[in-house]
Amino acid sequence: MNDAGIVRIEDLRRLKLIPPHSRMKAGPVVVVECIEEIPCDVCVAACPTRAIVKKDINSIPSVDFDKCTGCGSCLLACPGLAIFLVDLSIGSGKGRVTMPYELLPIPSKDDKVVLLNRKGEPAGEGRIVKVVRSADKTYAVTVEMEDSKVRDVRAFRVIV
Amino acid sequence: MTSSRIIQHPILNFERGKKKVLYFEDKPVEVYENESVLAALYANGVRIFSRSRVLKRPRGAFCLIGKCSSCLMEADRVPNTRICITLTKDLREVRYQESSASPPKTSFFIAKKPEEIPTDILVIGGGPAGLYAAMYASKYGANVVLVDENPTIGGQLVKQTHKFFGSKDLYSGIRGFEIAKKLAKILHKRKNIKILTNTSVFGLYSGKLAGAYHLRRKQLLKIKAKQITVATGASERFLVFENNDLPGVMGAGAAQTLMNVYGVKPGEKALMVGAGNVGLIVSYQLIQAGVKVVAIVEAMPRIGGYLVHAAKVRRLGVPIYTSHTIKSAHGKEKVEGATIIALDKEFREIPGTEKYLEVDLICLAVGLNPYSQLLSQAGCEMVYIPELGGLVPKRTRYQETTISGIYVAGDVSGIEEASTAMLEGGIAGISAALKIIGNNEKALNEREEMLEKLEKIRAGRFFERIRKGLRKVLIDERRGNSTY
Ligand SMILES: Cc1cc2nc3c(=O)[nH]c(=O)nc-3n(C[C@H](O)[C@H](O)[C@H](O)COP(=O)(O)OP(=O)(O)OC[C@H]3O[C@@H](n4cnc5c(N)ncnc54)[C@H](O)[C@@H]3O)c2cc1C
Repeated sequence: MNDAGIVRIEDLRRLKLIPPHSRMKAGPVVVVECIEEIPCDVCVAACPTRAIVKKDINSIPSVDFDKCTGCGSCLLACPGLAIFLVDLSIGSGKGRVTMPYELLPIPSKDDKVVLLNRKGEPAGEGRIVKVVRSADKTYAVTVEMEDSKVRDVRAFRVIV
Repeated sequence: MTSSRIIQHPILNFERGKKKVLYFEDKPVEVYENESVLAALYANGVRIFSRSRVLKRPRGAFCLIGKCSSCLMEADRVPNTRICITLTKDLREVRYQESSASPPKTSFFIAKKPEEIPTDILVIGGGPAGLYAAMYASKYGANVVLVDENPTIGGQLVKQTHKFFGSKDLYSGIRGFEIAKKLAKILHKRKNIKILTNTSVFGLYSGKLAGAYHLRRKQLLKIKAKQITVATGASERFLVFENNDLPGVMGAGAAQTLMNVYGVKPGEKALMVGAGNVGLIVSYQLIQAGVKVVAIVEAMPRIGGYLVHAAKVRRLGVPIYTSHTIKSAHGKEKVEGATIIALDKEFREIPGTEKYLEVDLICLAVGLNPYSQLLSQAGCEMVYIPELGGLVPKRTRYQETTISGIYVAGDVSGIEEASTAMLEGGIAGISAALKIIGNNEKALNEREEMLEKLEKIRAGRFFERIRKGLRKVLIDERRGNSTY
């Protein structure tokens, strides 16, 4: 499989977009997977604590993970569906990823889903723990999974 | 035949209006009054809308915005009707026409007297550029007539389910179709703007006279303006490959019109050709409409669109084959499959790398051409600028062409984005208004602010080509323009 169109972890790390482990342990925190200089600043305007900043409209966002409260406002606003929340605070080998979702069917709490990584490859099963709908129909869906998967899972397929 | 109307969509609700019966080839078909004739027939399984003249090869839906002539039919005995921009509510029956149509059997075209419409400013095209041009010209007191040949204003915006990129003060973060609604609402409230939809401008004549045709009223309009802004947008490019004329090969924008405007599924399994932003975004929209996207091919060695748009489809399992193209479409009277093939560094096909894909829809997203014919016809000085997408007019930084009082804005002046189209529209609108109202400090300041914003957006890496192209078309605003 080719790598075209995949956001690479190395790039996220280089651009300091991956939160420190200690921060993930403390509760939900944002991962902004937007690593190109594109003219957009919707996330900056959406953030209530000014944790996300862009030098100008074309620069790559940078995140102050201590300011981020994990509220998810940016996740619901991002036009690129490129913002996620990760959470390693629940323990017992589990972690959670919150993902933007604009497809059908709408999942409900406790539904089982097939986890998908950035290449769309199945990565085991997860469980829906929270479904939030924004006023403009974007859903923020929180899925629980083994904590080792939190780094790679970025989508899911509802099992119907 | 089962209908391919979309019942549930994650983002859109379809307002199809009342049910009615339309006769197609003398057989009754169940349609909704707000559907275009083409969409309604498509929903009922019709894929062939005309035949080629000599070889009688089938012609399917291709552009869906009244530009390509694949869907010309005889509607209520009027030949050459573009059924993709004709709503069923106006019709009783449609039928195939002989490829060389006979003249209409009724003469109501000429029965009505042309209507004369005087105005300060005429804006042609109701996409983001035209809407902004009208909004800002009217803001400073000029009277504006805004025309668009589609049934609703909004241009490209009405088909976009995704939230727009850009800067927060230019409606970014809002879905395209919602932006269109917001702008339309503002314009409808303005007393000095007259909006004419279903109206095609077919020519610009001396003395700033525009010839237009009202498609629903079937009446000629003579719009006499003092200033004109042309904001006609762009049309989709075609691509050469074997069987590229099979029904089921369509522009990506056409697929959008079908599924996002009319709620009709364009196919079940799709191949997308082109991984620029349009190809990537429309692929995602196809998935939202319940269509499986089998693959995206891109001739260039890398993806042209934004990585976020590519990542969005990749994580749903859609492969993107870079350095690949479509070799041929297969099928008898409609697409049943496609062969894709790898390309080497010189873009030559590599024999032996063919791959067959079972698809019933092939979407072309291989670029847009500025829809600039009206400007050429008017006599504006045109230049071919590959970086801007094709033939575009020379203009000043205030968007004025070489003909004094004819302005240009948006994709027709170079393929860019909605945000830049809006700003160009605003700048053109204010500039045209200034000629009507005379000097105005506030207007001048606002225009400068817009110019600054435009420059900021274009400073980015993705606008390198645009900047290069623009340098070739800009003329000094102090240079005397010719009058018309
Ligand atoms: C899939 C897709 C996704 C996009 N996403 C984004 C995005 O996220 N952010 C962004 O900023 N931009 C985006 N764009 C780009 C943006 O939509 C266009 O750049 C913008 O719509 C151009 O505006 P316009 O007013 O110049 O033209 P258009 O929107 O094309 O409008 C032109 C209008 O003119 C009318 N017209 C043409 N000829 C005539 C005539 N002779 N008489 C009467 N009317 C006529 C047409 O009917 C049409 O309504 C996207 C485009 C596509 C296709």
